[in-house]
Amino acid sequence: MYKNFFKYLISAIFLLGFSVNSSADFKVGFVYVGPTGDHGWTFQHHEGRNAVEAAGIKTTFVESVPEGADAERVIRQLAQSGHDLIFTTSFGYMDPTNKVAKDFPNVKFEHATGYKREHSNVSTYSARFYEGRTLLGHIAGKMTKTNTIGYIASFPIPEVIRGINAMTLAAQKVNPNIKTKIVWVFTWYDPGKEAEAAQALIDQGADVIMQHTDSTAPVQTAEKAGVWSFGQASDMQRFAPKSILTSIIDDWAPYYVERAIAARDGTWNQQDTWHGLKEGMVAMGPYNSAMGADLVKEVEQLQKDLASGKVHSFTGPIYDQKGNILVAEGKVADDGMLAGMSVYVKGVEGDIPK
Amino acid sequence: MSLDISFIGILIGSIMASSVPLILAASGELITERSGVLNLGVEGMMIIGAISGFALMVITDNLFIAVVGSMLSGVIISIIFGFLTQSLLTNHVATGLALTIFGIGLSAMLGKNFVGIPGKEFPILFSSLKESIPFFGPILFGHSIVLYFAFALPFLTNFFLKKTKLGLVVRAVGDSPVSASNQGINVILVRYCCILYGGAMCGLAGAYLSLIYTPQWIENMTAGRGWIALALVVFATWSPIKVLIGALIFGGITILQLHMQAIGFRIPVQFLSALPYLMTIIVLVVISRDSRKIKLNTPTSLGRIFYKEK
Repeated sequence: MYKNFFKYLISAIFLLGFSVNSSADFKVGFVYVGPTGDHGWTFQHHEGRNAVEAAGIKTTFVESVPEGADAERVIRQLAQSGHDLIFTTSFGYMDPTNKVAKDFPNVKFEHATGYKREHSNVSTYSARFYEGRTLLGHIAGKMTKTNTIGYIASFPIPEVIRGINAMTLAAQKVNPNIKTKIVWVFTWYDPGKEAEAAQALIDQGADVIMQHTDSTAPVQTAEKAGVWSFGQASDMQRFAPKSILTSIIDDWAPYYVERAIAARDGTWNQQDTWHGLKEGMVAMGPYNSAMGADLVKEVEQLQKDLASGKVHSFTGPIYDQKGNILVAEGKVADDGMLAGMSVYVKGVEGDIPK
Repeated sequence: MSLDISFIGILIGSIMASSVPLILAASGELITERSGVLNLGVEGMMIIGAISGFALMVITDNLFIAVVGSMLSGVIISIIFGFLTQSLLTNHVATGLALTIFGIGLSAMLGKNFVGIPGKEFPILFSSLKESIPFFGPILFGHSIVLYFAFALPFLTNFFLKKTKLGLVVRAVGDSPVSASNQGINVILVRYCCILYGGAMCGLAGAYLSLIYTPQWIENMTAGRGWIALALVVFATWSPIKVLIGALIFGGITILQLHMQAIGFRIPVQFLSALPYLMTIIVLVVISRDSRKIKLNTPTSLGRIFYKEK
């Protein structure tokens, strides 16, 4: 009996010591797909990290980690080197994150924009960027003279397709003749290629350029060519002051701080977070005065309605390219459908790369 | 979609603009390799050129200083490579790779304060002629001076290698450093010069990106163009003119495939994205299939360490 008692005592001391020790050394790791200076996607995640650091929690980050085999190595290394919570901030880190999570049940993982939570220590989170795209679509539909919107797309994943669809639906609502032209560049970040794609779309008649890639090159190309554009992920206005109508801004900071504190205090649990304009994870940059006061007012109202839930980006009737109904009249798309979106809506040109 | 003649002119103009960094970097590397030195640090030297050019433009507000400074920075960083491989006799491949990694890291560090600063307009020449002449206008005019230089460079390089005595020296050093040395040629000095020249051209290629093509500094903005330039040199079998052809094909198909997507061609996009790489290799292999000529152009001692017994 005493033997057992000692066993318990020793393990209790051990556990206590361990937990005290680990909370003193509580560390959060971040894995970025691009450089922190991209002024887009990674930049905003890095801002979130800075907020965590400001909240008094130690953090480290690894930038420009390619999606794929390399990612697993980096994530594993962070897990091994005593990080208690690891944010993996790109869609392509989905499988590596889950793979590493299996081997490190005591480390918490947060994967951005993915849908796989194979182990109880993996959470996923994303922002409802499509709500921002709805606003862009509304603006684009009103601003275009050629009725052609150019869209620079990165990879054919639901996240990107959802953005294209949300934008097109909103643009069609204010301008039934709208056409969306899409160029897939198969990269998140290559300023030269993004600029070339923007130029190709402009040459093909697009007078509003939208991007789902991370560099500021497309907005600068648009500025040079004298067409409209939108900033992506962060406020890109100063790169193209005349051309940018507004920007979709990702604000990860509140979420990161909340989750890091939860993990430190032991209240972290698995969840799937999808916040939008309402919670402020998606925010809009300043509206260009070239839009005119009426349109700005209109868009601001729409922004409020989207945030309050009065308006939903995917309200039926919605048809696919072949004319089959996707969402019936009077209904809105549910989150399951949004998360797995893999077809274009009517009015988008071309095929989704398979 | 408008497929009229003036549109094709604009298209060719933008294809030319996109091939400039490849032509510059590949032409520089070609000279380095013809002297028998394999420098895999092209990407690193380009990115250093890009940040130096941009930083100097911001600091001095003078584009001439920026361009010259970017070339100098390429030279400075290639001195490291030259010293290691020529004086300390390290392995070319490993040293070159290290140079690339070093360059990318250093540029990111140097560039921290230059992110988010909009670039300056780079002057273009004959812009009025560009607008007034259909088709030929956008092809021949309205470019930056760097573009004209880049398109002259392969011909100058060809002339240098084939018609000048110095070119002969470079080739001799690359083919048989021992015989060249026995002829009284200072092999190490020649190789140093070729390495530094390669560095200058790569620096200029980087500055073209950060000052002219997409006028801004963003980390890693060369995005692998250095590696493509390296591959071009090999597939062009060390011939400057074929480097030019290869760079134009690569740039051309990259831009054409974007246009084909925008037009809405029903071709799988993945195939279109792979097309520039495939076509460039196929075309260069086909036009250089004369094995006798390949032998003539290939620097026999490429990548081998040379040292003079004293």
